[in-house]
This record gives sequence, structure tokens and C-alpha cells, in this order.
Amino acid sequence: MTTVHTAPEVTPVHRPSLARLTAVELRKLVDTRAGRWLLVTIGLISAVIVALLLVYAEAPEQTFTVFFSIALLPAGVLLPVLGILSITSEWSQRTALTTFALVPRRERVIAAKLVAVVLAALGSVVTSLAFAAAGTAIAGATGGAGSWRVEGALLAHAVVFQVASVLMGAAFGLLLLNTPLAIVAYLVLPIVWSIVGEVVRPLHRAAEWLDTGRTMEPLLTAEVTAGQWQRLAVSLLVWMVVPLVAGMVRTMRQEVA
Amino acid sequence: MIAVQQLTKRYGRHTAVEDVSFHCEPGTVTGFLGPNGAGKSTTMRMICGLTPPTSGTATVDGRPYRQLPNPGRTVGVLLDASAQHVGRTGREALAVAAATMGVGRHRVDEVLDRVGLGPAAARRRVRAYSLGMRQRLGLAHALLGNPRVLVLDEPANGLDPEGIFWMRGLLRDFADRGGTVLLSSHLLREVEAVADRLVVIGGGRIVAQGGKDELLAGVGTVVRARDTEALRAALRRARLAVSDGSEGLLVNADTDTVGEIALTAGVALTELRPAGGGGLEQLFLALTASAPSAAVPATGNTEPTREVVR
Repeated sequence: MTTVHTAPEVTPVHRPSLARLTAVELRKLVDTRAGRWLLVTIGLISAVIVALLLVYAEAPEQTFTVFFSIALLPAGVLLPVLGILSITSEWSQRTALTTFALVPRRERVIAAKLVAVVLAALGSVVTSLAFAAAGTAIAGATGGAGSWRVEGALLAHAVVFQVASVLMGAAFGLLLLNTPLAIVAYLVLPIVWSIVGEVVRPLHRAAEWLDTGRTMEPLLTAEVTAGQWQRLAVSLLVWMVVPLVAGMVRTMRQEVA
Repeated sequence: MIAVQQLTKRYGRHTAVEDVSFHCEPGTVTGFLGPNGAGKSTTMRMICGLTPPTSGTATVDGRPYRQLPNPGRTVGVLLDASAQHVGRTGREALAVAAATMGVGRHRVDEVLDRVGLGPAAARRRVRAYSLGMRQRLGLAHALLGNPRVLVLDEPANGLDPEGIFWMRGLLRDFADRGGTVLLSSHLLREVEAVADRLVVIGGGRIVAQGGKDELLAGVGTVVRARDTEALRAALRRARLAVSDGSEGLLVNADTDTVGEIALTAGVALTELRPAGGGGLEQLFLALTASAPSAAVPATGNTEPTREVVR
């Protein structure tokens, strides 16, 4: 065909960079009411919890470290939902049709989405720091301990905690491509697993290694032992890496209709 | 331009599209016609790299869709007007696409204006859009990257008569300026009014394709005589296909030929005219009714009739 020969005359069109795609995915996290409210809710719950601590916690416990650890929890629960929604809304709202028509290299869209939700997780840590700072300042003024001492390790652990949470959600989204299914599976499977681990004696040891509820808990403190890191790694391999890889394969192949 | 070569798609034992080949040239509007379930959408999704074909290839501008560096700048795609996030505003849906393609924000206003979605409509969420408004938004989306090729699946669906007239003009203008348009529809009138070329698909296979005029000319002649049987015999002797129409005999030849034969046979005609009264409609009905329809159950053959009447 002659068209092939004339192709170089066409004004060069570059493929969208990963940075641009990530910016688009970040925008898509906040440009719907559902996405905005999810983020607002995470912030509000953190604020309420810090406020409750200010009112009800013992004065010596009103420290930056305590405020920060507690402020991390709402995001830890809701970030996976953000991760799930960022993936599954493309399928439930059928926007995958337009998204993948504009960027047919689906792996680039997936990569951009993962980077976007990781940035959101980092943002949530910054927000938690801000809430903790506000709480500490108020505590200092109202007779609480108001201690600003914080260990760098806690901050690093918090980042790992939130990033792992959001990626686990995204992995479930990629694997199941369906919002309610992914949310229920994400919330219920670990609970079922920990119950089974408790009840079935031979699985007791396996549960210690695979129940993310237990393996991730040490991340909310400044002390994580080598053994705890190992257990964390194994549990994340099973609940994050495996679904992430399987989910990418599925999403790459899934027919868009 | 679009080149489709021997595309086939099977789902298990069911064949949705079989050995479909056609070309769409710059400067033309190609109407892709067929009843629902004929394989139009599947073919278009394969062209756009959204559905992997079982075999065969499709290229846009000489390249497989998935290898286009920034497809939105080459080909505007509207496969389903409902495939928009209902929680986004019309303008935001376009802004997201513009950011992905790397076209300026001013393009968003331009295409909104082009498709007749005013500022108030653009600020509303897609949830509140009628199907007609969604089609306009989808068309704006397709035009956003200033492409030279358009692939539109049932874009007239949900538009009011004035909207259909408007879109006809828009597509004609796009093609006249050198663009390539592939437009599917089961609304025959719509395609007949705007297409230069037709590709008719039934049961997953192409049953006819060619220039619109050429295809319509091939529809034949309606002829009546007092002595129907003498006329029929004369036409058969001339080896022409003859069938009984509701208004007389349907002959697969032009009026000149049929008139000559009648004269030679000495049969007085009471009526002689091209069967083009229904135009494409008759072609479409004839073709789809006789198409081997793997996709449609036996009773399904009557389905297109109802749609056509509507």
C-alpha cells in the first residue's frame, strides 16, 4: 500500500510518557465524587481519631509517635479500596474501552496506575504526619506530653505499610476486575485465613507467616526484627506479588467490550 | 486508511466473525452494515486492538492499532457512547483524554463546540446525559486528537432526526477533507445517506461490499405483465434469476435488459421500474436473509426486518 511509503510525512506523534500517564491516573483518582470522597473520608477519620486521642488518652501518651501510629490506621484500611477502585472502575464504568483505545499498551496503563496509587499512599503518610504534628502541638498546649521525639525507622515502616496496603488492593483489583468482588475478597480472605489458621492446628505456623493482619502489625512500631521482616516478605509475596503478577497477565489478555 | 485482512474471531465453537476483509480509503465514508449480532462490533474492536483476533490482521495507516505510538492522534474511536464514567462531567471526560493524548486544553472547547455540547451541558455529569448527548460526547472524544481516521460504532443511535442530519454533515465534511470514516449501523437509511462504500455483514461473514451506487444498481428490476407466466418463461430463457415480489416479478437485471426481453417475447408490460424504491433496504434484507447465519438462530433471520421497518 502506498500509505506505508507516505507514513514518514506524517507529523511525528510521540507516545505518551509514563509520567504523563501517571499524571492522568492521579487525576482520575480525584475527578469523580466517589474518588474524592474516599480521600476526604480517609483524612476525616484520621482527624477524628487524633481529636479523640487528645480528649481521652492519658497525658503521657499524647506524643507525636502515638498520634502518628494511630493516624496511619484509617488510610491502612481505606487505601486498598482506593487501589481496587483505581483498577476496577475502568471495568465497572466500562472506561477501559476508551482508556485502552488511547493507550493500547496496557502494561503502561497498569504501570501508571500502580505508580499513581503508590504516590497516593506516600501522600497519605505525609497527611498522617501533618495530623500527628497538629495533635502534638495541641497536646503540648493543653497539658499532654506533647513529645516530638520520633524514630526515623517508624516513618520508613509506615511508608512500607501504606505502600504494601495500596498495592495489595490494586493486585486484587487487577486479578478480579470487579469492584464488589475485589473489595469483598480483599477484606474477607485474610479474615477467613486467620480464622482457619487459629482453628486448624497444623496451619498454626503457616498462619504466622501468611496472615498479613499479623505480619504487617510490627510495621506500626519502630522495631521490626529480622524474623518479622521475613514473615512480612513471605505474606506479601502471597497476598501482593502473586495476585499482582496474575492480575497483570489477566488484564493484559482480558477482552474489552 | 483502514485495511482488514481475513479477520476471524472464534469464541469456543462459536464463530463471531469469519474471514472478513475490506479496505477503507481516505476521502470516503464506508458504511458497515448488518443486523445486531452480525459481528460489526467485534470486527471494530479487533481493528482497535481491544479484542485479539483468532486469525487475520487489521491495520490503520499501515500499522496494527497496538503499534500506533499515540492512537488517539491517528484514529478517533467511538465504540460505545455509554462507556464513560458516569461520575465525571462531560468536560472532565474529554480533559482526561486530552491529557493522555497530549493535546492542548483548547481542543476540548473546540470539540465541545463542534458537537454542540454547550458550557452548561459540559459541566454536567455524564450520569445526567441522554443517549443522544452521550453520542455527541463520544464523537467529541473521537475528534479530540484531530485524527485522520474515524471508527464509529452505531453513532447515530439515540440521536434525534436533527442530530442525525447534523452528524451526516459532519462525517461527510470529514471525509471530503481527506479523512477516512468507518461507520457501522443497522439503521439503513442513515448509512445510505452518507456512505460512499458499503460493507454488509451477516452471520459473521461479509455478504456484499462495494460502491454504494454499484451495489444499489445490482438490486434489479420490478416488472409486471398481464401474462405473468409468459414473461417469467421469457426471462428464464434469458437465464435471469426471477423471483416473485409483492408488486410483481423481481428480476436480477436492469430495466433495459428486461424491457428488451419482453419486447422480443411479445409480452405486454404493465409496469417496469428499478427495484430501488427501498434502495439499500431491499439489498440489506435480501442479503441478510440469505446469509449463512451461524451467529443468529433460525428465527433470528426475521429480526433485522423489524429493525428495518422501525
